[in-house]
Amino acid sequence: MKKSKLSLLLVLSLVLSMFLAACSGGKDTSKDTGKDKGTDKGAATEQLADSQELNVLESAEIPSLDSVMNQDVLGGTILGAINEGLYRLDPDQKVIPGVADGMPTYNDDKTVLTIKLKKEAKWSNGDPVTADDFVFAWQRAIDPKTASPYGPYFMMGKIKNATEITEGKAKLEDLGIKAIDPNTLEITLTGPIPYIESYLTFSLFYPQNKKFVTEKGADFAKDAANLVYNGPFKMTKWDGPTATEWTVEKNDTYWNAKDVTLTKINFNVSKDGQASANAFTAGETDITPKLSQAAILSQFEGTKDLLRYQEPSIWWLKMNEKIPALKNKNIRKAIALSVDKKALVDDVLANGSIAADFLVPKGFAFLDNKDFRDTAGTYLKTNKEEAKKLWEQGLKELGVKEVSLVYVGQDTEAAKTTDAFIKDQLEKNLPGLKLTIESVPFKIRIAREDKEDYGLLMGGWGPDYADPMTYMDLWVTGGGQNHMDYGNPEFDKLINSANKELALKPQDRWKALQDAEKILLEDDAAIAPLYQRSSNLLVNQKVKGFAHHAFGAEYSYQWIKILKK
Amino acid sequence: MAKYLLQRVLYMLITLFIVASVTFFLMKLIPGSPFNNFEKLTEVQRNILLDKYNLNDPVPVQYLHYMENMVKGDLGISFQFDNTPVTTLLSNRIGPSATLGFEAMLFGSIIGIFLGVIAALKQNTWVDYGSTFLAVVGKSVPSFIFAGLLQYYVAVKWGWLPVMFWRGPEYTILPTIALAMFPISIAARFMRTEMIEVLGSDYITLAKAKGASFWQISIKHALRNALIPVVTVLGPLAVSLMTGSLVIERIFSIPGLGEQFVKSISVNDYPVIMGTNILFAVLFVVIILVVDILYGIIDPRIRISGGKTK
Repeated sequence: MKKSKLSLLLVLSLVLSMFLAACSGGKDTSKDTGKDKGTDKGAATEQLADSQELNVLESAEIPSLDSVMNQDVLGGTILGAINEGLYRLDPDQKVIPGVADGMPTYNDDKTVLTIKLKKEAKWSNGDPVTADDFVFAWQRAIDPKTASPYGPYFMMGKIKNATEITEGKAKLEDLGIKAIDPNTLEITLTGPIPYIESYLTFSLFYPQNKKFVTEKGADFAKDAANLVYNGPFKMTKWDGPTATEWTVEKNDTYWNAKDVTLTKINFNVSKDGQASANAFTAGETDITPKLSQAAILSQFEGTKDLLRYQEPSIWWLKMNEKIPALKNKNIRKAIALSVDKKALVDDVLANGSIAADFLVPKGFAFLDNKDFRDTAGTYLKTNKEEAKKLWEQGLKELGVKEVSLVYVGQDTEAAKTTDAFIKDQLEKNLPGLKLTIESVPFKIRIAREDKEDYGLLMGGWGPDYADPMTYMDLWVTGGGQNHMDYGNPEFDKLINSANKELALKPQDRWKALQDAEKILLEDDAAIAPLYQRSSNLLVNQKVKGFAHHAFGAEYSYQWIKILKK
Repeated sequence: MAKYLLQRVLYMLITLFIVASVTFFLMKLIPGSPFNNFEKLTEVQRNILLDKYNLNDPVPVQYLHYMENMVKGDLGISFQFDNTPVTTLLSNRIGPSATLGFEAMLFGSIIGIFLGVIAALKQNTWVDYGSTFLAVVGKSVPSFIFAGLLQYYVAVKWGWLPVMFWRGPEYTILPTIALAMFPISIAARFMRTEMIEVLGSDYITLAKAKGASFWQISIKHALRNALIPVVTVLGPLAVSLMTGSLVIERIFSIPGLGEQFVKSISVNDYPVIMGTNILFAVLFVVIILVVDILYGIIDPRIRISGGKTK
């Protein structure tokens, strides 16, 4: 998912925080506080507080709680709390069964999955969760009449006949999902998908109670009264998509209710970072939304309240090869090498983000418990000398002395600061380069990218599923997200083989993807990776077991326990 | 008077029609799609969405369609808030903004007028300088600074009032004060200037000569006449306060219109942009009419009655 640096009022908060932060002088940066990960049953000294009620701030409203229509991260998070699909992610990002009774069994070519459902899984209205509920929801998601924004996106080319149904060439019943009996589901894929189990954790694949949804019609998911739940919590207060407060309570009909300690979570919306931090300091909330401004974070730097972790979102400079100068490999490489990434993350962003000499983020994709990153190389490390040499060579090859480029960035204050820094770095290190920054709103940046109307473009990407491929297939020749006229047959071949003949050979597939990454970055310098963003939020120390995830539902609340202080 | 009103209402309708039309076409010039992640979808997927929301029709057709529905009172449904009618959204959100705007206006104009009056009466004394200083600060320091400082000190440090949210009267105090700084300074500055001018006019001298008391002169003769320009500026200011402040609503987590309006533009939520703009336009033209009527009440010389003067 494309990430928008949504901090409209950054400058405001920044100025303000300068007043307020003057007294707090945090110096050392606390590294990933990964200890807060939920599986801390061992500690004998932990005593539960009398009240297991949690107060949480979110930075936006929930646009939709219809799992088929949702396309929002917050929507996915809340759906994960009040509903449950076949599988979910545990605090360590491992796939664990939800409604499914164990992991799927596969046929020989891994295209047909048979999944047993838990007999004790129930909806909050007393109905059992059946295989038909899954078939109903999936068919609803792909039905062109529903116009689900994510249904076709997630299913086409993956679930059998999804593409054909979208194009009107097959019937809804032909979709690759069948109820063998009320407790057995059979899913047919178009080809083997190595990451299918984690893919199924997405809220789009959740079941929907057919009887309930049909009965409610257009009113379904309008507010808390028009929803039915099969997850750890149920919504007891939510006035619909414009509501700025909502409440979930423990769902006693949940099959694993005995392991849910929290009785209630009160959510409120606060869109201003400094204000959220103020509410936290005043004790009015236990968990804040993500805070990204360095000026706010500096007030909490080094305290145990600050939870910081690297999220799998990578930010990069795209270089449009339709521009003759950027068609030149040496020019591109010079640009990629000449930004001081360390200074960018330490001094400009100053929020725990790390310099990225890679494309597939750290701590995101694992094979046999090994991080993809640990077994792959690093590329395009900042090297100003080398950059200058390549730059001069490139200019010679082009037969020009100067290159002028349009740099498209976002119009938030944070983005503008970053862009100004990069412009300064590039122009200083590459004599003869002239950049014109155009700061535009997020939607317009996307439109400019779509039309390839830029020279350099600051962009980013977050994962759609837990596999390196979600970052790699963006760059195939003519790919839907390429938008920079890049193409390399060798790269295409590796991606294609990873998708097809290597799909069942995880080790070889991994290798192919790592080779492809090397071609993309080291050989071609197609993009200039800059940094991997980090998440920062404040979590009250009495809250244990708060889990964050790399994709899909962003957080899980079901393992939280509130301890006595 | 009735004829005048009728004529004014007719003009108002024409104004609204023009505002709605111009907004519609300007809005369609904004690049980008109203859907999230639209760029990731294939052509087939995009068309399914566009068809559902009639966005594949030519713009003039969409315009006629919109105007027809608008006359029927249907402002469409929001893109960012799944299936929520714009009218529901606006009616949910206008409450907090209007309440806050009204409180700030009331508080701001009372304090502002008071400051302006005493500054004029005590011209060139420390009272005058103090009030002028306050007015300059109120006008030049943006409200988010006040809001942030109030929130930090009054709510977080001293714990006297809630930090944020919208749950009862005590929750409105800090945002009201922060929002009122601007009307205070505007009212104080205008009031002072006008009062000084009026106090120097012939009829005040006459009143003094007749032996009227200080308070009689100040309140009955001077204040009333000095109010005209203040009412003129405060009218439209009231509208902008009551339609919500992006900054104040964000800082105090108030579910109002100000934040909503700005966001709807940045995400291309067409129906919400239209609905909010039309609502603002309606409020503006109504307030302008009210201000014109108020003129007559405050100053009999301005009373209008079908071209004849009374």
